[in-house]
Amino acid sequence: MSDSESTQFTSDQVRHLASLVRIELTDSEVEEFRSELASILSHIDALSEIDTAGVPPTNNGADLLNVQDTDASRPALPRDQILANAPQREDEYFRVHAVLDQS
Amino acid sequence: MTTSTDSELDLLSITLAEGRRKLLDGEITSQQLTQTFLDRIAATDDQVKAFVTVTAEAALEQAAEADNLLSQGDATAQLTGLPIGLKDVLMTSGVRTTAGSRMLDSLIPPYDATVVGRLRDAGAISLGKLNMDEFAMGSSTEHSAWFPTANPWDLERVPGGSSGGSAAAVAAQQCIATLGSDTGGSIRQPASFCGVVGLKPTYGRVSRYGLIAFASSLDQIGPFTHTVEDAALLLQAIAGPDPLDSTCYDEPVPDFSAQLDRGLDGLKVAAPQEFFGDGMDDDVASTIETALDLLAANGAIIDRTPSMPSVPMALPVYYILAPSECSANLARFDGVKYGYGARGGESMWADMEASRKHGFGREVKRRILLGAYALSAGYYDAYYLQAQKVRTLIRREFDRVFAQHDVIVAPTAPTVAFKQGEITDPYQMYLNDIYTIPANIAGLPAISVPGGFGADGMPVGLQFVGQRLGETTLLGIANAYEQLAQWPTVPPGNVGST
Repeated sequence: MSDSESTQFTSDQVRHLASLVRIELTDSEVEEFRSELASILSHIDALSEIDTAGVPPTNNGADLLNVQDTDASRPALPRDQILANAPQREDEYFRVHAVLDQS
Repeated sequence: MTTSTDSELDLLSITLAEGRRKLLDGEITSQQLTQTFLDRIAATDDQVKAFVTVTAEAALEQAAEADNLLSQGDATAQLTGLPIGLKDVLMTSGVRTTAGSRMLDSLIPPYDATVVGRLRDAGAISLGKLNMDEFAMGSSTEHSAWFPTANPWDLERVPGGSSGGSAAAVAAQQCIATLGSDTGGSIRQPASFCGVVGLKPTYGRVSRYGLIAFASSLDQIGPFTHTVEDAALLLQAIAGPDPLDSTCYDEPVPDFSAQLDRGLDGLKVAAPQEFFGDGMDDDVASTIETALDLLAANGAIIDRTPSMPSVPMALPVYYILAPSECSANLARFDGVKYGYGARGGESMWADMEASRKHGFGREVKRRILLGAYALSAGYYDAYYLQAQKVRTLIRREFDRVFAQHDVIVAPTAPTVAFKQGEITDPYQMYLNDIYTIPANIAGLPAISVPGGFGADGMPVGLQFVGQRLGETTLLGIANAYEQLAQWPTVPPGNVGST
């Protein structure tokens, strides 16, 4: 990834990313983030200069493998306590906008 | 011009270790101690603004129970009756937990984080929840959705971040000790800025269950204290395997205080060039040099030859990995199950997008977008995978240095605390963590201890990085330096007095 590629970061790319992560942005936010992300990426692009041929990735903070848990049931949290934090509930359920009837 | 009596001031400067002795001797009661710190919070927090939530009533109830145990001789738990504070990123059953975000304005957790339960089992009393950058993303606590926290050494300056409230509360003597979390320096950098001790344990030493996740391969919980001895005591209470966190090492917990008297004689200290490079202010550089001289004059062998050429890449690696992990972790905030939920949009998706628009602040949105970019098709190999590979290189360089040295020494931060509002460029803010991030990338324990004073009398932190699971040795070395240097951990004068 060269500098020139990342500085070409476009407003449409920002809108696309925002749609992927489900965040509504105003037009001015799109422009601000475009400029800030391009700037941040221009610093990060130095990574591509590092020779990592044959180097395995590290994806874990510790060096642990295959940690296993006993297959036993544990009590769950009370339903009312969980639902108490819901923005909107109805009886025993989380209430949301209808999902399936959209065109 | 202090409004406190001498005996109250004595109590405020107490350590966990001293408090334990005084409580056992019956010299003080937990209720007296707890009330003293609650009064201190009331007198100072208008200015310091370290607390998001103060739980005075519950604290005094717990203190009464602690006094019962103490009077019956049943106070075997090591922190019985000692008042502490908790970063607001730790889930506390029945007590509002916000992570500094509007998204969690009204969250009342139904369970405790493992560390919170362990502190309760150890008898500690929580005075409340401490301010932080939203979802632990930031280096100044200015990204809190609620208010910025001030640095007790100079109220116009930031306390550092993201655990700024936890650091400021110790420096302002509002709690004897606190817990914070450290993903790229969020314990050590504010400890440096506020002139107190801050320890990030080995990744996997302390359970992350109930820590609201930012970057799960980097996050770790640890203590803020006035002394290294207290850091060892607090770590003792929270460390160890947990069936609820499979990234915890299933290793027996050693006695973290075992080497506090080890001294420095013959200690092999590496001072790699890459930790003393560009970007460090002159006042920090000269303060750190003086600290190194003190170590050398007392038997430590300082070796400046080690080179860790990949270490400067730790910052770019971090700004790929941490945003990537956060973009996944923060997907859970959907406005459905808990937290802020917008309603009335034309679809479920519209409600979700509006919830996240209003619930998240600027820095959080910026990092989620950056992470989504690094993980997206076409960029994954160039950014995320490449960062994971460079992470391996950085870990190997630490391994090579530790094959021949006991500890690495470095500045904690390149500058002293800056003024509120002074840094507006995101990447400039990120550079604060240039010396702390490498330990997170490698999963190693690291501690910031007061190392002297730089420009305008502001504290400078000295950082020691230890070997994996080597906290006992690390704490011993840090304690040896602390005993030699004897820097004050509270500002002169009295914050909150008039």
